Amino acid sequence: MNSLNRYVPNGFNKFTSSSAYKDKKRIVIDEVISTNTNKLLNNISEVFDKIGIKDGDTLSFHHHLRSGDYVLNMVCEEIKRRNIKNLTLAPSGIFPTNRILSDLIKNKNVIKIYCNYINGEVARTICNGEMEDLLIMQTHGGRPRAIESGELKIDVAFIATPTANLYGDGNGIDGKSACGALGYGISDTKYAKNKVVVTDNLVDEIKYKEIDGKYIDYVVKVDEIGDKNGIVSGTTKVTKDPIGLKIAKDATRFLDEAGYLTDGFTMQTGAGGTSLAVASFVKKVMINKNIKAKMASGGITGYFVDMLENGLVEKLMDVQCFDLDAVRSYRENDHHYAMSASQYANPYDSPIVNQLDFVILGATEIDLEFNVNVTTASNGLIIGGSGGHSDTAHGASLTIIVTPLVKSRTPIIKEKVTTITTPGEDVDVIVTERGIAINPKRLDLIEKLSNSSLNILSIEELLNKAQMLTGIPKPINLGKKVIGVVEYRDGTIIDSIYKWGK
Amino acid sequence: MRRSMLFIPGNNPGMLQTAEVFDADSIIFDLEDAISISEKDSARNLVKYFLTSFNLGKKEVVIRINGLDTLYYNDDLDAIVNDNIDSIMVPKANIEELNKLSLILDKYEEKRLMKKKIKLIPIIELASSLLEVEDIAKLKRVDGILLGAEDLTSDMEVERTKEATEIFYPRAKIAFACISEKIDAIDTPYTNTLDEEGLYKDCQLAKSIGLNAKACIHPNQVDLVNEVFSPSKKQIEYAKRVIDATLQNENKGAFSLDGKMIDKPIIERCKKVLEKAKRFGLLR
Repeated sequence: MNSLNRYVPNGFNKFTSSSAYKDKKRIVIDEVISTNTNKLLNNISEVFDKIGIKDGDTLSFHHHLRSGDYVLNMVCEEIKRRNIKNLTLAPSGIFPTNRILSDLIKNKNVIKIYCNYINGEVARTICNGEMEDLLIMQTHGGRPRAIESGELKIDVAFIATPTANLYGDGNGIDGKSACGALGYGISDTKYAKNKVVVTDNLVDEIKYKEIDGKYIDYVVKVDEIGDKNGIVSGTTKVTKDPIGLKIAKDATRFLDEAGYLTDGFTMQTGAGGTSLAVASFVKKVMINKNIKAKMASGGITGYFVDMLENGLVEKLMDVQCFDLDAVRSYRENDHHYAMSASQYANPYDSPIVNQLDFVILGATEIDLEFNVNVTTASNGLIIGGSGGHSDTAHGASLTIIVTPLVKSRTPIIKEKVTTITTPGEDVDVIVTERGIAINPKRLDLIEKLSNSSLNILSIEELLNKAQMLTGIPKPINLGKKVIGVVEYRDGTIIDSIYKWGK
Repeated sequence: MRRSMLFIPGNNPGMLQTAEVFDADSIIFDLEDAISISEKDSARNLVKYFLTSFNLGKKEVVIRINGLDTLYYNDDLDAIVNDNIDSIMVPKANIEELNKLSLILDKYEEKRLMKKKIKLIPIIELASSLLEVEDIAKLKRVDGILLGAEDLTSDMEVERTKEATEIFYPRAKIAFACISEKIDAIDTPYTNTLDEEGLYKDCQLAKSIGLNAKACIHPNQVDLVNEVFSPSKKQIEYAKRVIDATLQNENKGAFSLDGKMIDKPIIERCKKVLEKAKRFGLLR
């Protein structure tokens, strides 16, 4: 058991606290520079031949094209065709469009997966206990830490690159599949043994270089690396739902009353409708107070682009573009910067998340210790993962979770969450439509808001309110078999994930 | 004293359950226009049992029953008249039917040993009702009157416009009738739920004519309506200063504050501002 009383399988380090990384030294292996001069290959199959991809190798991918990505599937097709076995895959994200992976898992072509976010059929296959080894759910900051330290050894990194030259320099801003920043693939290009740029726009000259060809061994030209329209992440518009708006309004009032909305503040909100609604209300406060934000970071949407273009935000730090407005802005605006996942969230890289005054995050479950689950649904099925959740929660001075108190007749606040993704020690405030709970550890906030007319309750009171509406849900019966682990950003295990169903 | 009254369709369990979350002063559970004939009984039962199980705290509970010219109002009353409700909203109201309803309520209140006296909020939706509005405002149970502009303009066969010139007279007549009886003059809902700017202007116009509250047909309208019909921070601060100064100048009929003369009408207005501010939790 770890410090949060969660089971940790043998062979893994146990989570102790979100600050424990400070007691350890950063480990960085040597970068792998390519010596290859003749890099162009005609197709994915040639890559397998040239590198000699074999049973037991580890292959990595980034997920910047999200639901529009074709590269992971192309490689999976080749694995299937060659029937290579016992592979480990390390994509930064897996989406419903990657369903071919389910077949590879069932056929033992793929026996282990590292990723930061997963949903859809592949998640279901893994939850059914069909993968031989474990699923390792990392964070956006934990992944580059694991790669640079050699903890996650990658044999071949496939880097989907919307525009590249023959040397392997590339970017995500040009070409028919332009998806914007390529932050999640940067560590892979530096530390994997073999690196392959996969592009559908091969050019003579690269004006802006995000992928550095010095690391790249091969460049493959394919017809299409993906559909850029698939990068649009869920809801990227401000919600019109009255409950979501009420939550967002109260979260904004909380920020203001707690003194976080002053000139030069820094922020991150997710791309969900309620998070963006917080941004929209924050924007109104900024206009009324005539103040500017110094920085907004994370996955960037058109909403933040609009704030940048209207002079409300000085700069955007972008690890991935959530819509095509963000892609355009990244291409055209000098104050819209890309950052690698390591610069964004690696605990040992003085990450941008440490500069955040506040972050607005979501949750599928929260417990009385303020631990948050964004990995599994309350029925145990994997529906997401940390992404940058636990990274930003630790880095930001104030972490606010915005969520309805009840979703689909299920209370969001529970005595014990199904899976811990982010430890309660890093979660400061929960804003629901029926009240706001402040983590008792934040005495400063409790004192500052003591005269507020906001409906501030204890988390136990919120739980009671939820249970009065829904009754006490019957505990779910998860299997005892561990099918995965949630790896905290420092590489320790914060929780285990169990086989779904009885 | 109300600012915002939010309509919730009585047949929608999800909306009933979240109604209390919004800052409306009153929740109107609708059994009339929002409910199709085939849903009348289920809406009635749902609202009845919802109010038995849920406590809406300080919010006023209002039921819009079906009109007294329909087959449904008797069943509505039988289901919902009890101490869980505060007021009944009466569609297409007129003096005769309001008197009849008041007598029916007397019987229910007596028979059911109720602690409360149910209030009535008539809706003025017919030209003939508007002509009776001064008498309606005088009725004992009536403590607010709502303008139903859509039906009224239909009755008048005039176009309902965004500028609302066609309802200037009804608004003003209702405002005068209500203010003279110290009851709420409640403005008709703004029907475009996506037009925040239009709602704001409509509220300002109604307020300038003398109405003090507005019905809302979407939760997203409530905050803006509250904002317009509440005293502003500036008004509250000024009113506090005037009342403080009044206490210091107790024996003077008029005195000066910031170089301006303060006399009885200003003091009375300030008292009303503070009374409203207190009622709406705006005093710190």
